[in-house]
This record gives sequence, C-alpha cells and structure tokens, in this order.
Amino acid sequence: MIRRLLIVNRGEIALRVVRAARELGMQAIVAHSEADADSLAVQQADEGVCIGPAQATKSYLNIDAILKAAKDVNADAVHPGYGFLSESPGFARAVKDAGMVFVGPEAAIIERMGDKAMARQTAIEAGVPVVPGSPSAVSDLDEALAVADSVGYPLLIKAAAGGGGRGIRVAANAEALREELPMAQTEARTAFGDDRVYLERFIERSRHIEVQILGDGERAIHLFERECSLQRRRQKVFEECPSPALDEPTRDALCRSAVALAEHVDYFGAGTLEYLFDDTTGEFFFIEMNTRIQVEHPITEAVTGVDLVREMLWLACGERLRFTQQEISRRGWAVEMRINAEDPERGFFPSPGQVQRLVWPTGPGIRIDSCLFDGHRMPPFYDSLVAKLIVWDECRDSALTRAGRALDEFTLEGFATTAGLHRRLVDDPEVRRGAMDTGFLERWLEGEPASTESSSASVKEAVS
Amino acid sequence: MSQQDIQAPFPGLFYRRPSPDKPLFVEEGQQVEAGTVIGLIEVMKQFFELKTEAAGTITAFLVEDETVVEPGEAVATLEVV
Repeated sequence: MIRRLLIVNRGEIALRVVRAARELGMQAIVAHSEADADSLAVQQADEGVCIGPAQATKSYLNIDAILKAAKDVNADAVHPGYGFLSESPGFARAVKDAGMVFVGPEAAIIERMGDKAMARQTAIEAGVPVVPGSPSAVSDLDEALAVADSVGYPLLIKAAAGGGGRGIRVAANAEALREELPMAQTEARTAFGDDRVYLERFIERSRHIEVQILGDGERAIHLFERECSLQRRRQKVFEECPSPALDEPTRDALCRSAVALAEHVDYFGAGTLEYLFDDTTGEFFFIEMNTRIQVEHPITEAVTGVDLVREMLWLACGERLRFTQQEISRRGWAVEMRINAEDPERGFFPSPGQVQRLVWPTGPGIRIDSCLFDGHRMPPFYDSLVAKLIVWDECRDSALTRAGRALDEFTLEGFATTAGLHRRLVDDPEVRRGAMDTGFLERWLEGEPASTESSSASVKEAVS
Repeated sequence: MSQQDIQAPFPGLFYRRPSPDKPLFVEEGQQVEAGTVIGLIEVMKQFFELKTEAAGTITAFLVEDETVVEPGEAVATLEVV
C-alpha cells in the first residue's frame, strides 16, 4: 500500500495525480520549484516540498534534490507525471534503490521502449507492423537500391544518429536515391559524426493514432485508441477518442497489436503505443511507445469510464489489473483541446501573464484539467499548457458542437491563449468531416487570414 | 560615445551560450556589430535571440548566465561608438 505519494511534477498533471491519490486515501505531497510554491496543485495537496529554484534542471530534473525531499517528507512512492523525469530509467532506478515505489514500469522497460531502434526491434519480434524500411543501416548504394525495390518509393533517408526531424532526406525514385544517398551520408557524418543512414517508406499524409494500454506485468489490456493528428511543430493541439478514421476490423487489429507488444515486454503500468496510420492503404505502423501517463489521457477516461491515474496507483500498490478486456467498452466521443498561453495572432508567441478574470465552461459533458485560478501569475519557465478542455457527447458531431458551446462560455483575461484557435477549428468543415492528417493544421494555419507576426526587430525566434 | 542598456523584452531565463558545451556568444569588452546575438531568452520552452541594436562594445553583463530576467530588466551594457 502507498501511504505518502510524492508527486514530482507541476501544472495540471500534478493536480490530476493529487486528486487521484486523495481519492484513494493516500497523502499527496507535491514536490515543487520555488516558482511554483503557490500553485493550485500545491494548494490542493496535503503537503508541498520545495526541490529547488525555478530552472527545471535545478528542480524538476534534479534527482538528488528530489530524493532528499522524498526522504524529508517520508514518501513511500513517487509519481513522475509526464515530461521531466517520467521516462528517465535513471530516475526510476534511483527511486527504487531509495526503497520507494516508482509509479510506472521498471527502469529496464523504460530503457528498452525509450530507445527507438530497440523499440522497433521489439515490435517486430511481437509481430507488430513497423514502417517498412531497411532492417538496419544501409552500407552502400547497391544495398539501398535493393531495399528500395522491396519497400517502394518515395523513401526517407534518415541519419541513424539524427532526431527531431533533423538529418532526413526524401528520395522520390531510384535516380534521386543514387543522387541523395551519398549526400545524406556526408551530411550525417558532418552533422552527427556518424555516416550511417537507413531507409524508411515515406508516408506523405498520415494520421497519428495511439493506443492506451494498462499492464500488470503479465496481462495487458487496451483502452482503445486516440487520434492526435492535429499538430503544430509536432506538438499535439487537439485530440479525440476514438479515431474517426478506423473501421471496426482495423480498430480491433490495431488495439490487439498494442496488447501483443505490451504483453511481449511484460509491460507494467499505463502506457501508450503510437502509430502512423496511412489513410490511403488502411495500414498502421508502430513508431514509438510512451511509458507514462499522457497529456491526452482524459479523453480515454471520458469514453471508457476508467480512471487511468487511479489504475496506475492501484497497480503500483501491487494489485493485479482489475479489468478483463471484455469489461472495457466505449461510449460516445470525447475531444480534448489544449489551451496554451500562446498568441496565435503573433506566431504562437508565448504569453505568460496574470489571470485577471476566469470563467470556466460547465454543464453536461465538460471537464477542465487546469492549474489556473483567479489572480494566478503564470511562471514563464515551463510548458505553455495552461488548461485542457475535455468535452464528451454521444457522437462526434455533437461533441464538436458542444466543444464550441464550451469555448463560447470560457473567459480568460490577462494573457492570450489558443482558445480562439480551437473555436475556429471545431467549426471547420474538414475537421467536422474528420479529414485530417498530421500536416493538416499547419496547412490550415497558412491558409488562415494573415496574422500579424511579432514586430520587434531585435527579437527573432531562434529555436522552436 | 554613449551607453545604452540592452533590456529583456519579456520574462524568462537568460543564457549567454547557445548550449551548455558551447562558448559564450560574446565576452565582456568585445566589440559587436548591430544585430549581434548576445544571448538567448527562454520563455515557455521557446528560445529567442537577444540582439544588439547598434554597433559598439559590450562593456558589462548585468545578469548571470542561466538566471531569471524580468521584462525591461537590463541584461548588458553597450557602449555605442
């Protein structure tokens, strides 16, 4: 049993875990930075403990400071939330070595599924489809051409040491591949000090669909899928459950593959398997796994009725999974809108500020996960997510209509947010039809009436 | 010759290096052109370059590397030629 749970996170997810812990009769203790001392999560917790200055590297990422705080407050378990140290095998190991329960999988599983190449190999072993490509780095042009024959064009040439979209070239045909391959290898050597490149099928328009799973180390179940295709700069903006793109046989195959992979690694805790879905062929391909709770978990909770954070805590207490697969069913449709403190009219420029006036939407089917309160001064040091508006209704169309109604009720004065962007999105005919891919939102934003970019000459965006 | 303060336009964390293992953008006493990057300000996980508006010499930094700056706070002093 967990008696005193240390929550090492901030914002809405810290509050989310505080709520689940208190409902289970656990003492919720929030580890916070100096900048978050008066946060709503700390206010609602049984206790707070400061772990360092505002900079995340000195607080939320500082394992020594966290372990010391855990000892000071007599915590017997640690929940990492998402982001920060939630997928650090070193942290999971350190928590366990300090004699506490880590609310999440073993360090070895985090390590295995956190490494993209290892996760891909694991998926292949479990019979889960991955994006077709070369089994490993290609050594020369002849090998590359042979791989291309079996995978098909267009192809991505990816630097093995690249990441975050860097070190990628596209080859449309064999001629382009002959030309691009040596250049990609040279580029990889100069950029990453490693000239290994591998090939992958280029799926021009794909959807991002992910499967929520829970595992107890032996048995795993899925809680259906979420679609998160509306993204800007690879950051999810709007999510829904279920996906409008799947028919029942495809949904079944997708969700079963996620369970197969989870059981193959004896997965423990809550996790999410991310896939690319190709609308034109109906194929899905595993890309990576997140070994933690995700930002968009509430839409799964709305549609299945399962409290995922509560289940994580139950599992961490040593309980077996409390559900069979047959007991998990879907009802209705849920969408989540991420309200960020960013100004869509000024190129999504960050807009930290103080809450002057706040009116939340309420009524049937509405859930708000947020750390905002009247008078709250938002620290500028962390993520810009300030609220999640989760809307449920009996079908997709009525959920989108209800989302529009909820956004009309929502009032926040003091700083700019992305709420207005969502208000326009939920009425968009393409969004209504569910015709989205991961490039949709950026194309849509470009087609929007010209927005005024930041006019300050001395300030230019350097890194996204 | 005149002195001007280079101010932080918004709140955030101020960095004097492009990344922890890279050298400083500029040293104290270094001559700069107009538009030289003297640091980065991180706000809500986005990074923005802080640039000089005129040519001259950076005579002093008024805040430490990797510390919190408030909007309008003077970050460095520029002696304009």
